[in-house]
Parts: sequence; C-alpha cells; structure tokens
Amino acid sequence: MALLEVSDLHVSFPTPDGVVQAVRGLSFAAEAGKTLGIVGESGSGKSVATQTIMGLTRGARVSGQAMFEDKDLLAMDQKALRSVRGDEVGMIFQDPLSSLHPYYRVGWQIVEMIRNNHKDISKAKAKARAVELLGLVGIPQPDRRVDDFPHQFSGGMRQRAMIAMAMSLNPKLLIADEPTTALDVTVQAQVLQVMRRLQEEFGTAIILITHDLGVVAEVADDVVVMYAGSAMEKADRYEIFGASHHPYTEGLLQSLPAYGGVRERLHPIPGQPPSLINLPGGCPFHPRCPYVMDRCRIEEPPLFEVGGNPTHTSACWLTLDLVERTALRDKVVGGQLPSPSRP
Amino acid sequence: MSPGDSVAIEDAQITSGTPPPEGAAASIIEGRSPWRLAYERLRRDRASLIALGVVALIILVAIFAPVIAALTGHGVYEQFRSTGLTPDGLPVGPNGQFLLGTDDQGRDVLVRIAYGARISLIVGVVATLLEVVIGTVLGLAAGYFGKVVDTVIARIIDIVLSIPFLLFAISLVSISKPSLTIVIVVIGVFGWAAVARVVRGQVLSLREKEYIEAARALGAGPWRIMFIDILPNIVAPIIVYTTLLIPVTIVIEASLSFLGVGVPPPTADWGTMIAGAQQIYQQAWWYLLFPSAALLITTVAFNIFGDGLRDALDPRAEQLYK
Amino acid sequence: MTESGIPSASGAASDGDVLVRVEGLKKFFPVQSTSAFRRSHEQVHAVDGVDLEVFRGETLGVVGETGCGKSTLARCIARLLDLSEGQVDFDGRDITNLSARQMRPLRREMQIIFQDPYGSLNPRRRVGSIIGDPFALHGIADGADRKKRVQEVMELVGLKPEHFNRFPAEFSGGQRQRIGVARALALKPKLIICDEPVSALDVSIQAQIINLLADLQSEFNLTYIFIAHDLSVVRHVSDRVAVMYLGKIVELAPVEDVYQAPRHPYSNALLSAVPMPDPNQKVDSHQIILSGDVPSPISPPSGCRFHPRCPKAQPKCSVDDPALVPVLGDPPGHVTACHFPVETGEVMQSRPGVIAGEGAQAT
Repeated sequence: MALLEVSDLHVSFPTPDGVVQAVRGLSFAAEAGKTLGIVGESGSGKSVATQTIMGLTRGARVSGQAMFEDKDLLAMDQKALRSVRGDEVGMIFQDPLSSLHPYYRVGWQIVEMIRNNHKDISKAKAKARAVELLGLVGIPQPDRRVDDFPHQFSGGMRQRAMIAMAMSLNPKLLIADEPTTALDVTVQAQVLQVMRRLQEEFGTAIILITHDLGVVAEVADDVVVMYAGSAMEKADRYEIFGASHHPYTEGLLQSLPAYGGVRERLHPIPGQPPSLINLPGGCPFHPRCPYVMDRCRIEEPPLFEVGGNPTHTSACWLTLDLVERTALRDKVVGGQLPSPSRP
Repeated sequence: MSPGDSVAIEDAQITSGTPPPEGAAASIIEGRSPWRLAYERLRRDRASLIALGVVALIILVAIFAPVIAALTGHGVYEQFRSTGLTPDGLPVGPNGQFLLGTDDQGRDVLVRIAYGARISLIVGVVATLLEVVIGTVLGLAAGYFGKVVDTVIARIIDIVLSIPFLLFAISLVSISKPSLTIVIVVIGVFGWAAVARVVRGQVLSLREKEYIEAARALGAGPWRIMFIDILPNIVAPIIVYTTLLIPVTIVIEASLSFLGVGVPPPTADWGTMIAGAQQIYQQAWWYLLFPSAALLITTVAFNIFGDGLRDALDPRAEQLYK
Repeated sequence: MTESGIPSASGAASDGDVLVRVEGLKKFFPVQSTSAFRRSHEQVHAVDGVDLEVFRGETLGVVGETGCGKSTLARCIARLLDLSEGQVDFDGRDITNLSARQMRPLRREMQIIFQDPYGSLNPRRRVGSIIGDPFALHGIADGADRKKRVQEVMELVGLKPEHFNRFPAEFSGGQRQRIGVARALALKPKLIICDEPVSALDVSIQAQIINLLADLQSEFNLTYIFIAHDLSVVRHVSDRVAVMYLGKIVELAPVEDVYQAPRHPYSNALLSAVPMPDPNQKVDSHQIILSGDVPSPISPPSGCRFHPRCPKAQPKCSVDDPALVPVLGDPPGHVTACHFPVETGEVMQSRPGVIAGEGAQAT
C-alpha cells in the first residue's frame, strides 16, 4: 500500500473576480523508498496540491481525500496536522531563506525542531543530532557551522540545511517543492545527490515538485504531468520520456532546447496556459493542442490506461495504442522526438 | 507546426484572463489601469466612503462659512453683548438663536467653528503640500543620486527631525509677529523631513528595478528617470502619506494656536477657541466641546480615509511598497 | 586578424567584423558602497580581467553560475556601469570613458533585454508608452507616427497592436518578455545584450521567445551577447560560448567545441551537472560533483581561481594564473585558461567524499 494516497483532490480559491480552480480532481500516490515527480508549469496547481495536503493553504475550498497511512490529512485539525508536519512529513521549499529564521542559529533551529516533537530528547543529544545531520547533507565542518546564522551560509548550503531540518525527525515522506530552482546547476547536483543518498539510507518517500524536466528524469521514479489543475499523464519516468502519450507531455519535451540540434528551431507549445477562473470547456489543453478533435472541445477526458498498462495513464481522447499514437505523431507534428544530446 | 508561425502564436487569450500566479488566489482584472483598480477597491470600502463624505462636508462648511454667517445673521467677529452673554457676562448655551451657544465675548460658536474650518483646512492642505513637495523632491534626489547627495540630504533630515519643533516655533514667533503665513512656513519647513525619508526609502528600492536600468539603457537622463519612471510608482504612497499628514498638520496648527503662537486672534480658529474655553469650560461646556469635536471629527475622518486609500492603492498584487 | 587572434565561428574574422572588443576589463565594487564618508578597502572583484571580441552577426553565449560576473560584464559593455580598468570598443570606437550624455546617441545601437519580465517593465506605464520610449528619447518619431511605429514593432514580436493601451500587469510572462524584446528592437540596434532573457519563463513559453530572438536576428542581422545559466539554452542559441568563473573567462570557443570537448575542468563539471531530460543517462556515471562553494569574490583564490575545487588541481595551480590560450592542439579559436586541461575522452572524477563534507574547504 502506498504511504500517501491522494484521491480526487479539488482546491479552489474564491476571489473577487471569480473562483480560481487551482486543483481539479487530482489523484496520486507516493510510496516508501520512491520518488514521485510532479511536473508542470506555473499555474498548473502542482504546489497548491501538496500545500493543501499539508494544511498550508488558507481560504481555500478543498475536497477529496489524502490518506497518509491510515489517517486522512484533509480531515485533520491544524494541531494534529502540525504534529504530522515535521514528525512524519518533512518539507523543503524553493526559497530556503523564507523557511530558515534569520535571527536564530541554524543548529538551534534544528534542535528546536527535534525538541518540539520529542520533548524527551535532551538538548545536548538534539544538538549532536543536528551536527550529524548537517554533516550528512555535506555542510563542511558541521560541528563549527552548526552555530552559524543562516546568512553565513551560501544558497546551496542553506538549501542543504533545510533538508537537514526536514530530515531531522526521520520523516517517512519528504515533500520538496522546487528545491533546486533557485540554485546553480553545480549546487543543484550537490543537493539532488544529498536527497538521493538520504532516500537510500532511510527509505524515505519523496514527492518532488518541479518545472525542470531534466531534474525529473534524473531523480523521479514515477511522474505526474500536471496542466491547469489536473493530471494529464502519469507513468514511470521511462515511459514519460520515451513513450509519452499526452500531447501536452509531448509539447513540453519538444519545447526543450536539449532536444533538437544546435540553432535549429524549437517547437514551442503555441498559445498561453488558460485562466484558472475561466477554463476552456472539455479538455483544458485543447486550445493549444495540435491534435484537437471536436470531442476535445466538449468532453473532458478521464485518465485512460495507455496500451493496457495500468501504471501509464493519460487524460486524452487520442488512440491508446502507442504504435498508432506514434504514427499519428509522425503525421501531425512530423517526426519523432529526437533524442536529447548532452549540452 | 510550420516554422515561422511561432512569432505570432500567442493569441487573444489574454482577454479570457491571464493565469494567476501559482498558489495565489490573486488574479488580474482586465483592461483597467492601476488607478482604476484602486478606485474599484475604494468603492467597496464603506468606512472610507463615509469618512470621505465627512471630509467633503467639512470642506463645504469651510467654503460656505459666510453663508452660515448670513443665515444665522451673526458675523464672525460680531459680539452680541445683550443676547449672547448672560447678565453676569458668561456665554449663553445652545438655544434657538445660537445653535451651538456663544463664546466668552458673546460671539456665535457655530459661525466661528465654520470659519475655523477654513484656517484648519488651509493650513492643513497648504502646509502639507509644502511638506510633500519639498520632501518628495529631496527624497527623490537623495534616493536616486545616492552618494554625496544622499549623505548630505540624509544628514539634513536627521538634523531637522531632531530639532524640538514646538520650542523652535514658539521662539520664532517671539521674534516675528504670529501670522497664518508663518504658521504654514514653520510647519512646512519642519514637516518635509519625514516625507523625504519615506520617499527616499521608496526610491532606493525602485532604483534597483530592472525597468529603471532599462530606461538608462535606452539613454534616459536622470531627470526623466526620476520624474517619468520613478515618480509615478511612488505617487500612490505619497498620496496616502499626504492624506494621513493633513490631520497631523491640522492638529499642529491647532496646538500652535492653542499656545498662542499660531494664528492670532481675533481670527476664528479651533485651537484658539479651545484655548479660550479652558478658562470657563465649567460654566460653558459647549465652548470647549464643539470646537474640540470639530477637530476630532476632522482628524478621524482624514485618518480613516487615508487608511482606506492605502488599502485600495496597496493590494498585494502590486509592487508599490516593496 | 586581431592581436588576441580569436577568429569567429564562421572563420570570416577581419577587423571590420568586430563589433565589440573588450580588453582587460575589470570591475570592482566597494564592499560598503552606501556611505560617502567611510570607504572600505575591501572590494568585490566582480569582473577581473576579461578580454573578449564579439563579431558582427554572431551570438556569443556567456555562461557561468551566480556571481561569476557575467551580468556585470554585460553592464560594463553596455556602459551602464563604469569600468574600474580596461577598455571597451564598440563599432570601432572607444566608449570606455564616454559620459552618460555622450553615450546617449550610442544607446540606439546597443540594447538590453532583461531577465525579469515583471521587473523590467514599469507597472505604471502603458505598453505603448514603454515601447515608444526609445523613439521619444531619441527624438525619432512623434504622435501618430510614433504610435504607428510602436505598433509595427509590437506586431513584429507577436503582440497584438491593439493592446497598445494596456498595462504590463495585463500580460502573461511570455508576452511581457515580448514587450521587452520590442522595446530593445524598436530602434533596430546593432547589438542586443540578452541578460537571461528566458530563465524566468516556463519551458513552453521559453521556446517561443528563443525562436523569436532567432527570427529577429536573421531578419535584422543582429548581434547578440546571450547571458544565461541554462547551458542547454546557450548551446541552442550561440555561435561561440564563453564560460566564466569568479570574474574571469576560463574557456572560450565555438559552441560545439565547448560542449563536445570542454577543456577546462570547470566547464566539464558545469556541463556534467546539467540534468538531462533522458532517464536512460546514468546519473552517477557522468556527474562531476564539485566540492564546497564558490569562493568569495572579495578575496579570490590565488593562481587559478578554480584550484580549490578542481579535481585536477596541482601545486602549480595555486601559484600560477593560467593564460587564456589554445591548449592540447586546439585551433586558435578555442582558448582555455588551464595548466592541466582535460583531454578529449578523459574521464574526470569527482573528488572522493566531497559531498560528505570532509576535506571540503570552508568558504
């Protein structure tokens, strides 16, 4: 059984201009020892979904279920949720500065985190644990730097300190929301390596939210592609990158400069993402889709199994046979995806 | 998709609304200027509208003070020794002839409050404008040019803010004769520093914006950048600050007059009236109450309106106060 | 052929083809810059000796990580910043010491596209007036004529001319970036400096803007200096690439040379760190994880600035600052600043234990 099973999650925000439908019927599952990548562009609802599960969205209308082991996180009160956060679920955000308090020493913040949830652990023990964790995430001289303030850390070190903090209570699930977006590639490589090692060591389930398809390809086991608040396609990473079905997934991959030769024209997805207040009828992607059919404008497709594979689903009315789908791709967008070349 | 059509592919979907930022409930109303948006927000704010109505009423009273005088038949300096004073020489209370009673000289308190509103508003608006203009120009210069200009202006601000204002005003008036102009100049000369400090802070953060750099890259000179690119972005906070400064100025003017270094008698002035009422308020409560109430209502109305204005001009979606 | 002897990718280098020449450019920022009375002796060495030529019609990519000085370099070339040392020639003219006023006519010839589609447009001004600025500032067109020309440019970059009177807040990120492109393009400059023009955009929109820039370049024979931290974008758009580290260029070469046979260990590490959208690439086999963090630009390391983090560092590297020259028999257009350049096919290893923190030097 999955560690976290989210089903039919809906999140909307009432605003003076109308109701923003941020998440519309999203389901996914995170399993111990595995990384689930949620990819999507701005406004796809990928962050809102996880924030809602952790009770961090205010003023939102929420429905659905989020079963964490045997408890429904969406039905919990704030107090119970707080103890789940940190103790059983760790969270990392894009901007580590917003999560590390600038006036307290890094080590002290980790110690507080530990002692808040486990009052019986002595201060000295908690501090020793903080040093150990900072070492684990690759902070040099952790016994000395544990007494530093956040501003004395570089961006990459802060993000790693955040990971140390999130991991301080050995959570079963780590939610990482764009953890490396603000970082340089070489630092990103360090941080991703730390996350992989921690997962190997502790068997943590990781939900990685990102817009970077490269990061997903590198670390995610399973992938959910989101657009306009819903899952467009779900599959393991090999299927997503090698045999995708949904035109949006295909469009995302084709937009990447990593595909296609040097100085060749890129193949962007035409148009703009839709307004979440005023979604197009039918499939939300239909106004930008090169394969659009009459049906797409009227009926929103559910997730279908692609090629009879229960782990690969796609919300699209196109043929579910991958061979036929590839033939269609050749006909409509011309040619297959070229294989990516290392930059 | 054929090459070449991507240049013009972003289509007309802007009319159906741009996507709100991830996770934010904020969205963008289409086709309206930032001022229009502020107006829409202000219109929904009942307290501000009431406050605005009160401010408008006070302004009307000030403008039509002679009409009030004519209607009551009581001139502003006219002393009614027979009807306006008791046989003991004390003011008479509110009655059919004197709606708000009379003062210690037998003058109509209502008429004098109406004329007092003129002084309060003139000083409040003119002195505040003086403060804001000086403060904005110096704040802009300090913030934009930085370096020596900033250091010099910042020191002047510090000095001005550290001079005990009341003591200075009292000693100044003891040298020259008190008058309306002196009051306005004194308030203006001392009040700009706070404005300059606020403006300077705003400019410092705006100066780092990429659109300012873009203007420089296009070849815009410093004056154009200050007044075309920066000023429109700080007009909103300046307006709010001005609205909130007017009641402060009104109170300062009343205080100066109360201390006898403001507008000289026999000019009708709320501060002077409150000062006059100090001697006999036990016999003539109306003489203290009504001018004080006028002052209180005016300042509260301006403050509530200013707060509403700030809320309307400073939605989180905009980057005014960043 | 110029003294530094760097031919363009097309091989058509003659002196007349050089649009921008940078020599010995240095830019230092005082650590405490706000006080006029107290001057700190410490300085941030943002750009510390850069020689560079940009050829007419080419796209020169500049890559490097945060704080490597690539944006500062661009702003010095555009003379938005004064140089601390060195010289910048633009179109055969020394512009190093021109005053802001003297620079004004030259602003028609060089423009900048900025990173942040939100921050680079004045929120209080209408799009038509933003794009009209270049015409107004250079006294080129007025009234109806200006409006017509603004609308022409808007159409050129894929904006609807009837959106002339809208405010930037009414556009999405990609459209705002088109407004920024339109503003830069309005006067048909010779050089456009693109400072991370697509890094704030979603991938599908990013591709639209990259295509737009490519179309405009071929239509108007523009020269681009393209600054980015995204190596796949740079590879896609550039003819030549300069890799910067801590204020210096460590490698400069035609794009495929840098990407296929990077010589500098830093270029290798940087390229290997880019996550590829291809799950079949084994991560650990190719990645060189660098130890520690980028040292402070206030007191950069002696010798080669990369030596404290370099897997191939030798004692010599901490003493001798290597010159930017062709190495290992590279053609004269491929220059590298390294004593021990990476051979083609050589497998570079991460330093052992780097991520666990031991041995990594503190910053």
